Amino acid sequence: MGITVEGASKRFGDFQALKDVSIEVPNGSLTALLGPSGSGKSTLLRTIAGLETLDGGRVLIDDEDVSTKPVQKREVGFVFQHYAAFKHMTVFENVGFGLKIRKWDKAKVADRVHELLRLVQLDGLAGRFPSQLSGGQRQRMALARALAVEPQVLLLDEPFGALDAKVRKDLRTWLRHLHEEMHVTTIFVTHDQEEAMDVAEQLVVMNNGQVEQSGSADDLYENPANEFVMSFVGEVNRLGDSFVRPHDMEVVLDADERTQEGMVQRIVALGFEIRVEFVLADGTEIWAQLTRPELQRLELVEGQIAYLRPAQAKSFNGSSPSETIGASTPHGSPDEGDAEKPAAV
Amino acid sequence: MRSASSARSRWGLRALGLGYLTLLLLAPLVAIFYKTFEHGLAPPLDAITSADGLHALKLSLLMVVIAVPLNTIFGIGCALLLVRHKWKGNAVIDAVINLPFAISPVVIGLSLFLLYGTQGWLGPTLAENGIEILFSVPGMVLASIFVSVPFVVRETVPVLQEIGTEQEQAASTLGANAWQTFRRITLPSIRWGVAYGVVLTTARVLGEFGAVSIVSGSRSGETETLPLFVKKAFDNFEFAGAYGASVLLAVLALSTLLAMNVLKRKEDA
Repeated sequence: MGITVEGASKRFGDFQALKDVSIEVPNGSLTALLGPSGSGKSTLLRTIAGLETLDGGRVLIDDEDVSTKPVQKREVGFVFQHYAAFKHMTVFENVGFGLKIRKWDKAKVADRVHELLRLVQLDGLAGRFPSQLSGGQRQRMALARALAVEPQVLLLDEPFGALDAKVRKDLRTWLRHLHEEMHVTTIFVTHDQEEAMDVAEQLVVMNNGQVEQSGSADDLYENPANEFVMSFVGEVNRLGDSFVRPHDMEVVLDADERTQEGMVQRIVALGFEIRVEFVLADGTEIWAQLTRPELQRLELVEGQIAYLRPAQAKSFNGSSPSETIGASTPHGSPDEGDAEKPAAV
Repeated sequence: MRSASSARSRWGLRALGLGYLTLLLLAPLVAIFYKTFEHGLAPPLDAITSADGLHALKLSLLMVVIAVPLNTIFGIGCALLLVRHKWKGNAVIDAVINLPFAISPVVIGLSLFLLYGTQGWLGPTLAENGIEILFSVPGMVLASIFVSVPFVVRETVPVLQEIGTEQEQAASTLGANAWQTFRRITLPSIRWGVAYGVVLTTARVLGEFGAVSIVSGSRSGETETLPLFVKKAFDNFEFAGAYGASVLLAVLALSTLLAMNVLKRKEDA
C-alpha cells in the first residue's frame, strides 16, 4: 500500500514541527526518514500512524484519505524506539495482543503468534516477560507484535536507537531481509545516515520541519540539492564557498597553482581507511580520507606540510547546485555535465 | 578502621530508627493488645458482640463498602485527568484534591453540618423532599468520602507518570479502543498504585472519627461507627468495650494491608 502525505503541517505550541511536508512512498518500498533531532521526522511518522493529528494537509494510505481516521482503524504497525513492550504480559501475550482485540479464537492466535515468533527468532521465549529479554529481543518482539495484525504499512520510529552498535547492525540486516520476504510498505525514522543508506531503498532527508530532498542513497550522495543534504548524507569539508567530500581531497607533496598548503595535524588509522586531519594557513580544519597504501606512498607524519587539491567540489549558490571538477582527477572524471539538478522524488 | 567505624554508625542508626518506631508506634499498640486481653478473651468479646458493638462494626464496614469503591473510581479518573490531559485547570484540581489532607476532620464535619443542617444551604430543600443527610447514614458516608478522597489519586498519579504513554499508544496502533487500552494496558500497569491507595482509603474510612462524629450524632445502635463506639465506651469507663473495639479496628486495618501483600506476592511469583 503506497503512502502519500500532502502539505502536512503540525504545530506544538510555538514550535512548528512540520511545514508543508509532502512525501510519496511507493507500495512495498522501504523508506527512511532521515534527519537530525527536532527535524520533524518522528512527528511525520506519527501523523501517518494517526498518533498525531495534522493541523493542515492530508495523509493517504493506498489512495484513501485517512487524515481523520483514528489510529486504531488505520491498520498500521508501529514500532517504538523504547519498544513499548507491555510489561505485565508475556512475549506470547504481547505478540497476540492485536489478535485478541480482533477477537480471533485462541487456537488461531496461538498458531499465528508462534509463526511470528519463529520469524523473529524468539520461539522458545514465548513464556518470558519483557523484563527477562535483552534490548534486541524486546525490539524483535515489538516488531512481531506489530506484524501480527498484518498491517497495511509498517512504521518504525528509531527502532534501533536504544541498542548497542553490534546488535543494531545485526537487526538492520535482519530488517532488510524481513522486508524482502514480507514486502509490506515500510517507513523508518533514523538520525543515522549510515543506517538509512544501509537499509532503505529511498531516503527522505528532513530538516527544520521540511523535506530537504528525497531519492536513493546514491542520488542524495552524488547530487545533493543543498548544503544541508550534502553534509548530512556523507562527510563533507567546507572550503570557502565550496564543499568537498573527504575522499575527493587529494593529498600531494608538491605545490602547484591549484593546491592549498596544509599542516598534518593528526593521522587516525581506521583500518583500511585513514583519516588525515589538516589545518590550512587561514586556520580552516579539513580532513582527507586516504587508503592505507596511499598513506604509505606519501609517508605523511604528523606536523609536516603537505598540499591539498579538491578533485571534485560542489557549491550551492542560490538554489541550484553547481559542480567544479579539479583539472586532474585520478579518481576518474565524472561522466555527466557539471550542472546537475536535484532530483526531487 | 574506617569500615569498623562505619559499621558502628550503621548499627547506631538502626538502633535509633528501631527505638523510635518501638517507642512511638509499637509500644502503644502492644499496650492496647495487652490491656484488651488482660482478663482473658471473654470481656472484650462480649463487649463487641453486644448489639451496639455489632451494629457499630456493620456500620463501619458499610462506610468502607460505599466510600472505598466510589473514591477508587473517582481517584483513577482524576489521576488520568491530571496526568494524561494537560490543562490549565489541573493545578486547581490538584490543590482541591489535597484539601482533606490540609483541613482538620472536625472542620470538614462542621462544613457538612453547615451545608446540610436545618439552617444550612441545602438542608431545608432536601428535608422538604424527605431526604435526611445529617444524623443519619448518608451524612456519615459523605464525611467518610470527603476525608478519604486524596489517597487513590495521590498513589496513582506517580505510577501513571512513570509508565508513560507509549504502551497505550502501542495498544491503540494494534486496534484497541480507549476502553480496551485502559482495561488491558493502563489498569494492569497502575494496579499496585491503586491497590495501595485502596488500602490507605480503607484504613482512613475505618478509622475516621472527627468528621463522622460531628455529622452522625453518635446514637448507639443507629449512627455509631467503631471509632465512635470506642470513644463512648471509653468515656463511660467501659474499658473492655473500648479496648476490644480498638483491637478489632487495628485487626481490620492490618488485614487489608496483609491481603494486598499476599496478592502482590502471588502476582510476583
